[in-house]
This record gives sequence, structure tokens and C-alpha cells, in this order.
Amino acid sequence: MATKVLDITKEHCPMTFVKTKIELAKLSEGDILEVLLTEGEPLNNVPRNATEQGFNVLSVEHVEGVVHKVVIKK
Amino acid sequence: MAENKKLSIIAFSGDFDKLTAAFTLGTGAAACGYEVNIFFTFWGLDAIKRKQGRSFTGGNWLTKIFGFMMGGLRVAPTSRFNFFGFGPKIFRYLMRKNNVATLEELVEAAKALGINLYACEMAMHVLGLKKDDFIHEVKDVLGVSTFLEKSEGGRTLFI
Repeated sequence: MATKVLDITKEHCPMTFVKTKIELAKLSEGDILEVLLTEGEPLNNVPRNATEQGFNVLSVEHVEGVVHKVVIKK
Repeated sequence: MAENKKLSIIAFSGDFDKLTAAFTLGTGAAACGYEVNIFFTFWGLDAIKRKQGRSFTGGNWLTKIFGFMMGGLRVAPTSRFNFFGFGPKIFRYLMRKNNVATLEELVEAAKALGINLYACEMAMHVLGLKKDDFIHEVKDVLGVSTFLEKSEGGRTLFI
């Protein structure tokens, strides 16, 4: 049960999704990925996509300013 | 709905900007769980050549000259503001400066995401190219009929 942090706050479409997807693919069952992302497109869609693809979104919390943290379990 | 999540792109253009659009859509869709097929034809074949610069690929003197003039991914011209090859350099600079993925990064992402890359058989023969001239991630060389079969049930774009 490892936890990995992925910061995509400086990324733009489509790399926000691409990097999340690639990191999620690398995880083993039960591992956790914490994604730091910004409001707008990434915040609206990264958690939704993860859920749609069968991952478990454990929480979405505000960090500071426009940055949010999404915790995803594989 | 999962069975309809499929995007097939016909990459006809070898232009830097249009290839960027094709790979942006393709990688974005793949990251969103779509099955993605990109079918490269005509000028689009430049994007998947193993030799990314200018080289005399082709079977005879005419196709070799064509191969040299068309070049690969690294020398793809922009459809507007090409300025004899400076346009793409300016765009690459602007993209890096704004932390936007460059065309090369998008192609690498496409490979990492396992996007299905296909080459058009007819265009390949016209330009005197062989499957060996393409990057090894190119899964297959197809014709219209197989492409239709592979794209059935999803959305198709022509870029």
C-alpha cells in the first residue's frame, strides 16, 4: 500500500489527464495517488474521469489558493 | 456507455499545428479512458517516420526526393506562419515557455498510453515507404476497409 504524490498544477490540457492516467496505471491494487491540481478543467474532470475508469476517489480537498488535492485509490 | 468510448483520428496533415491537434485530442481521449486509433495517411505519415529529420526515404529517385522534402516530425512545417521553418521553432519555444506539451512530448505520451497507431497502405506505397521506415509503435499497415472496421461504433475525426 504505497502512496504517491503527483503535482499537475503547472500542467495544461491534455497533460493533466495524461500524467494522471500514466501514474494511475503504474500503481498496484490498493495503492493511493494524491493529485495536486488547480481549479477549472483539471478539478472538474480528473476526479470524474478516475471514477469513470473504475478508480476510487477518496477525497477532494482544498489546499490553498486555486490548488486542490484529489486522493485516488486504485 | 464504455463500449462507445472510442475515438478514431485520420491524420492526413503533416503540419506541425494539425498534428499537435490530432495528438492532443488523441492523448486526452486515451487518458479519459477512450480507445484511440490514429490512422496516418499521406502527409500525416511524416509524423511516424523513424527518421525525424530529413532523409531520402523512398524506393526510387522521385520518392527519395519527396521523402527528403517532406521530412519527419522534427521538421514538420506549420500550416500558417511557417517562415521557412522558423514558425515551428517559435511555437515550440512558446509551448515550452507556457509549460504546454510539445508535439514530441505528445507523441511520447501517445506511445505510453498505448494509442493504436496505424499507417495507410496506399499512401505508404505511393511514397515508396516501408513499415521499417516507421517507428516500431506503429501496430499495422491498413486499408480503408480495416480502418472502418476498427473505427466502427466510435467517433471519427479527419485532421
